Amino acid sequence: MSGTFIGMPTFPQAARGAVHDVTLRANLRHATHTIRAKREKAVSELSDWAALREAGKRIKDHTLRHLDRYLVQVEETVTAAGGIVHWAADADEANRIVTRLVKETGESEVVKVKSMATQEIGLNEALEAEGIAAYETDLAELIVQLGKDRPSHILVPAIHRNRAEIRDIFRAEMGEWGRPAPDGLTDTPAELAEAARLHLREKFLRAKVGISGANFVVAETGTLVVVESEGNGRMCLTLPETLISVVGIEKIVPAWQDLEVFLQTLPRSSTAERMNPYTSTWTGTTDEDGPRAFHLVLLDNGRTDTLADEVGRQALRCIRCSACLNVCPVYERAGGHAYGSVYPGPIGAILTPQLRGTTSEIDASLPYASSLCGACYEVCPVAIDIPEVLVHLRERVADEGGRGHRLEKAAIRAAGWVLNHPGALAAGERVAAKTRRFHPKKLPGPGAGQWTNSRDLPPMPAEPFRDWWRKNRP
Amino acid sequence: MRVALFATCVNDAIYPSTAIATVKVLERLGVSVDFPAAQTCCGQPQFNTGYRRETEPLVRRMGRAFEGYDYIVTPSGSCVAMVRDNYPRVARRSGNEELTRAARSLVPRTYELTEFLVDVLGVTDTGAYYPHKVTYHPSCHGLRMLALGDRPYRLLRNVEGLELVELPAADECCGFGGTFAVKNPDVSAAMGADKVRNARSTAADVLCGADNSCLMHIGGILRRQDAPQRAIHIAEILASTEEEPLV
Ligand code: SF4
Repeated sequence: MSGTFIGMPTFPQAARGAVHDVTLRANLRHATHTIRAKREKAVSELSDWAALREAGKRIKDHTLRHLDRYLVQVEETVTAAGGIVHWAADADEANRIVTRLVKETGESEVVKVKSMATQEIGLNEALEAEGIAAYETDLAELIVQLGKDRPSHILVPAIHRNRAEIRDIFRAEMGEWGRPAPDGLTDTPAELAEAARLHLREKFLRAKVGISGANFVVAETGTLVVVESEGNGRMCLTLPETLISVVGIEKIVPAWQDLEVFLQTLPRSSTAERMNPYTSTWTGTTDEDGPRAFHLVLLDNGRTDTLADEVGRQALRCIRCSACLNVCPVYERAGGHAYGSVYPGPIGAILTPQLRGTTSEIDASLPYASSLCGACYEVCPVAIDIPEVLVHLRERVADEGGRGHRLEKAAIRAAGWVLNHPGALAAGERVAAKTRRFHPKKLPGPGAGQWTNSRDLPPMPAEPFRDWWRKNRP
Repeated sequence: MRVALFATCVNDAIYPSTAIATVKVLERLGVSVDFPAAQTCCGQPQFNTGYRRETEPLVRRMGRAFEGYDYIVTPSGSCVAMVRDNYPRVARRSGNEELTRAARSLVPRTYELTEFLVDVLGVTDTGAYYPHKVTYHPSCHGLRMLALGDRPYRLLRNVEGLELVELPAADECCGFGGTFAVKNPDVSAAMGADKVRNARSTAADVLCGADNSCLMHIGGILRRQDAPQRAIHIAEILASTEEEPLV
């Protein structure tokens, strides 16, 4: 089974390994730069991109503002269409519900459509603990699962792997799970895809239970929507007898017409495609067609707490396109695993500490995992001001005063006093200028020492500007 | 027209030459500049590290120090972005009237130097002379928050003798990010190393920018590498003349 993120070191520590891993850096750089260029082209084809971005933002904000109303509506419409709605306050509850539903079918195997929500709650691990095997059917998810690895990207969870690594994983692991990899498998994309196809086909035809998430839930009809590229999701959604969908409560849109915005912005932002190859929609159950039982598990797991935060709630607009990851210079160097959650990159840095709280060291380090360069905000198709939320969450972490922050706060306060007394500031500057011959290029100790590990400090000037001004412009 | 220079704390203490250059360029273009001595720091480092309340006295100080001036000009894009984007936020969250007034009054009057030259003075030729090969790093704040666009490039192209060469991946962050450089030293250094590699690939004598915090980071790596290239603020290039050349 794939690994979990429990017990991860803080972001700076986890990133250190990635920064010095040459293969990982090369894989990430290549992948993010390729998709980045393609996205830019796909977006520039639309003359009304700015309007679509604004529309997406408004639809999501409106829905979040009236979420109570739309949630009730979803329960009504899904039930009326023959589905059963379950409410899960947290990960444990969601896992218990899904495990019970699977057990009630008498099955011990399920096929899965790639889903962030089920990863977020650690569903596969929870099912495994109850003797139920969950098979990922998305190619990249399959690679992660077979490799006993963790996902490192929202859309391309195996982005950190190159083709040769994937071939090795297929050769070594496929046989353990079902149909083994063909003899003499090479690392050409066509052969790798064919090996996965044959391996997965067996699973699709056998499985009686499918588990999915959803990109959207349309409140007016109780319809769920999944967009995908490979078609494996569609197999999982239609072949099994029972379908269980686990969906975060922020995935609701009020009406079908709202999809016209997101079905344009999502594929262009994520895969740089004009339209994604497969868009599947399902509404309750239908006689003689598709699953006979449909369950919708509506997941909170920290979302209502997030909604309560005036600045932070905009993170719930996210449509998980991953554009912000692909442009982020920090993600590119640190890799997805360093974020210690299934949501890596800029969105992970603001979403994870809100969903999980900031009490653990890794969660408290995430708001600082950014240089605030703003590239993420610029590409976000629902205009989430990620830098604004990062700074806002830093305030929360600093207020909580965890490790390191008490000292930092004291230093900031002391500096604040000096900055509020220009006379003291000028005196300090003068001392620094007078003693400049004694200033080292490198500093010892943590903090400033880390700064000078890779950079020289600038030489101090002979006099501060305010003294020059006093002498030259009297 | 009453114009005040906001030197910024970094320039005042570490890069006075940039503030002096700003004064000289402006005076050469007929602007008489004042330096209100009550100014200190815009509060950007405090705010971005999560100390919003600690920036409140600095917003108040900025408001008082620059009262009565038509324009506040500063050679620091990130400090302008602090005033424009974050002062209104600080004011809103504090609910304090003086802060609200300060923010409302400072935002429309605060200009980044190249912005002020091009938009307010209508000047793209500052009469400068600088016979060197130069590449320009636009900095995230200038690029995305202030949308300085081609203003700095237009100014540089009109400098006599200057050869402007394009910086590969110019729009990528240099990895400074204030306290980011201290809190995430490895990632910051990796970003900086890539920026410097790109800068050195241009074979320019000088990497120029409009923000000394980024230049301190990039310049520090260049110095550590003993590179012949130097990081220099655009104000110093625009101030350089044949009679008084920048050395
Ligand atoms: S934050 Fe924006 S850019 Fe990032 S994944 Fe979500 S929608 Fe996409």
